[in-house]
Order: sequence, then C-alpha cells, then structure tokens
Amino acid sequence: MIDVMYFAWVRERIGEPRERVETSAATVSELVDELRAREPRYAAAFEDLSALRVALDQELTDFDASLEGVREVAFFPPMTGG
Amino acid sequence: MTVRVQTDSFDQGAELSGFAQGRSDLGAVVSFTGIVRDEAGALDRMEIEHYPGMTEKAITSIVEEATRRWSLADCLVIHRHGPLRPGDQIMMVVTASAHRVAAFEAAEFLMDYLKSRAPFWKKEFTKDGSTDWVDAKVNDEEALKRWAE
Repeated sequence: MIDVMYFAWVRERIGEPRERVETSAATVSELVDELRAREPRYAAAFEDLSALRVALDQELTDFDASLEGVREVAFFPPMTGG
Repeated sequence: MTVRVQTDSFDQGAELSGFAQGRSDLGAVVSFTGIVRDEAGALDRMEIEHYPGMTEKAITSIVEEATRRWSLADCLVIHRHGPLRPGDQIMMVVTASAHRVAAFEAAEFLMDYLKSRAPFWKKEFTKDGSTDWVDAKVNDEEALKRWAE
C-alpha cells in the first residue's frame, strides 16, 4: 500500500486530495498507467505527463523513478511559489 | 536561518528590524517582499495551496544551498498560504552578509528557486466568478539556469 496525494488542478480532476493505493508498480510510470486505467477522471488528470511533476516521500523526482521503499507519492502541476 | 510557512500575515517592518539584531559583523541586509498583484482590477482573491511537510523541507534545502554558495550571516524566508487579497503580502526573503553582492545575489537565488521548486500553487478567483490555476512561466524555469554553474 502506498499513499498517493494530489494537489491543485490534479486534485480537482481526481476529486480527492489523497488515497491509499494497492499497487505492485515498480516505477512512477507504472503507477500512473494503473491509475489511468481505473476511471476517466484519472485518465483526464494524467493525460499529459509533461504538465505534471512528481514527488516521492516529499522529494521532487521524475516518472522513471523506482517506488521501492516509497511511502508517499504526490502528483501536481509545476509549482508557482514566490 | 529561519523558515516559516503560515496563513497569517506578517509585519515586514518588525521582521526586518528584528532580523540579525545586535550583530556588528554584518555589512548588508537585503529584503524582498512579494505582494498579490491585481493587474486588470479583475482579481477578487487568490488561494495558495501547498504541500505541508514538503514545503518546509524544500524551502530549507533551497536556503541550505544558498548558504553553501554565498557567505550568509543569516537568512529569513516567510511564505504564506491560504486565501489572500490583492495588496496582501505573500512572502518575504531577507538575507544578511558582510557584503552587499552576496546578500543581493542570495536573495535573487532564493526567489528564483522558491518560485519553481517550493510546492505552492496559486488559484485566482476573479470578481466575475471565474477561477484559474496560475500556470508556471517558462521564464521562471529559465531563471534557474543562470544559477546552474
């Protein structure tokens, strides 16, 4: 089980801020493929990965990253701080 | 070094006068305050969402990188989240160093990285009822390249 979190418009498209996901995905990309296949709202949120960023255990990374030992995955659009 | 992520407003005058108080080894203090801008008179409010936990970590690591690159005597970052109105202060960065070049450069570095690497997202609510997530600008990402060396 892994905690998956969504922020900003990704959260709005999926309709919830976080969920526990049962997965055997080895990488972020595989997890995205599993989520996309679930329901249209996931497919809509993950339509264009170039518009998304991912963090594993609160560290920014990329979609090829391994999920081994990871507890928390977060998907969000490019950040707009400052 | 101080990092604060909060919904409350802050008094930039009090922050600045309390910053690095009593130290005689400082030659320069630089401060930047970001303010909610309403370009066309259409903005009602803004909501800033963030990623609790990661936000503090990301800002702290940006501050640590700045202290590796420049000889900073002290540094303060305050960033707000939650609802904000035009004219409200969003964030503040203060740097102190023996010399002004380090203080100015470190403040710019912090601003460039806070824009693109701290997990905040801005949503605008206009007076006519429409809403829009603010897109990251290509310029913001480009701005990081000058610090690449």
